Amino acid sequence: MLGGFHLIDMAIMLFFFILLIYLVSKFAWGPVMDMMKKREEYVANEIETAEKSRAEAEKASKEAVEQLKQTKQEAQKIIEDARTAGIKQEQDIVTSAKKEAERIKISAQEEIQNEKEKALQALQDQVASLSVLIASKVIEKEISAQDQDKLIEEYIKEVGEEQ
Amino acid sequence: MEHGAPIIENVFGIPWLSVNLSNVLMIIVTSAIVFILSVLGARKLQMKPTGAQNVMEWILDFVKGIINDTMDWKTGKTFLPLAITLFTFILVGNLLGVITTFIYNGEVWWKSPTADPGITLTLSSMVIILSHYYGIKLRGGKHYFKSYFTPVWFLFPIKIIEEFANTLTLGLRLFGNLFAGEVLLGLLVTLTTLNVWGFLGGAIPYLAWSGFSVFIGGIQAFIFTMLSMVYIAHKVNEEH
Repeated sequence: MLGGFHLIDMAIMLFFFILLIYLVSKFAWGPVMDMMKKREEYVANEIETAEKSRAEAEKASKEAVEQLKQTKQEAQKIIEDARTAGIKQEQDIVTSAKKEAERIKISAQEEIQNEKEKALQALQDQVASLSVLIASKVIEKEISAQDQDKLIEEYIKEVGEEQ
Repeated sequence: MEHGAPIIENVFGIPWLSVNLSNVLMIIVTSAIVFILSVLGARKLQMKPTGAQNVMEWILDFVKGIINDTMDWKTGKTFLPLAITLFTFILVGNLLGVITTFIYNGEVWWKSPTADPGITLTLSSMVIILSHYYGIKLRGGKHYFKSYFTPVWFLFPIKIIEEFANTLTLGLRLFGNLFAGEVLLGLLVTLTTLNVWGFLGGAIPYLAWSGFSVFIGGIQAFIFTMLSMVYIAHKVNEEH
């Protein structure tokens, strides 16, 4: 006993306590702290990744909206173009049809004119011969055979002279 | 009823060397329990903590909180192993004496190791010596010696006394609380085993005091750790 203290107890206490500090920090608290640190880092990492992917998604969605807008505009333009082209084509068709009709009308009129003239010609010819026929019929009844022969001869003569 | 202790005097024939075998036993038992529980708790560590790992992390955060209350974490993390071992060792030591007391041949073998002044003073002396060591190491000898003469030089003797007073109060507070608790528990046990009336009168106070002792054990472990960190912080922190 030294002043009421057992020195060996104190030495053993100190020794075991220091040993305990070393052992528990090495085998228990060290790994636990490492794990906690690892988890902290993991969580921080995850938050960072999540933020990054969120930003990416936002960007992608913005891009998609932009693209959609552009596509819509393009589609609008295509429709507009098609409409203009349609109207133009329609006008072209109408114009060409009108022209064609005009042309057909003119040629038909010409043909009619031709036919008319031809018909008139033919009529004139027919009228001439008919009148001759009628005249000869009328004459036939009033002239005798001699006269007739005379006439015929005259005719033949005339024809002969003409030829 | 007084019980002796298994004390061996004159070890190796040296007159002032002695040993209390029950203290030696309880130091070893407490250390072993703390070590085994800590290692068991630190098994199968996972990112998603379950069961024992949660308890371990709670204790770690608790002790971290004690250190953070007294100093900044940059210097404080050096003392985390010390603080956590102090806390767990004293807590387990305190509770061992509450659980039971084992007496063999009229000598107390099983008790709280922290109910012995030699042991608590060893711990407190260790803490105070460490505080001086880190005070010099982290802030330089000049600052360390200057701190004895600030704010005015004639406070020097008081500052010296303060160091010894800190050591004594830190150790004896723990010892006193635990020793008183054990004495009272021992008296109540004696009362309950006296006769029927003694049992009826003593049983309920015994239960109440056991519960209170568990509470005191936790509180004292916390106070010891907290004050250790305060004393260390007082030496390693810049002037405040």
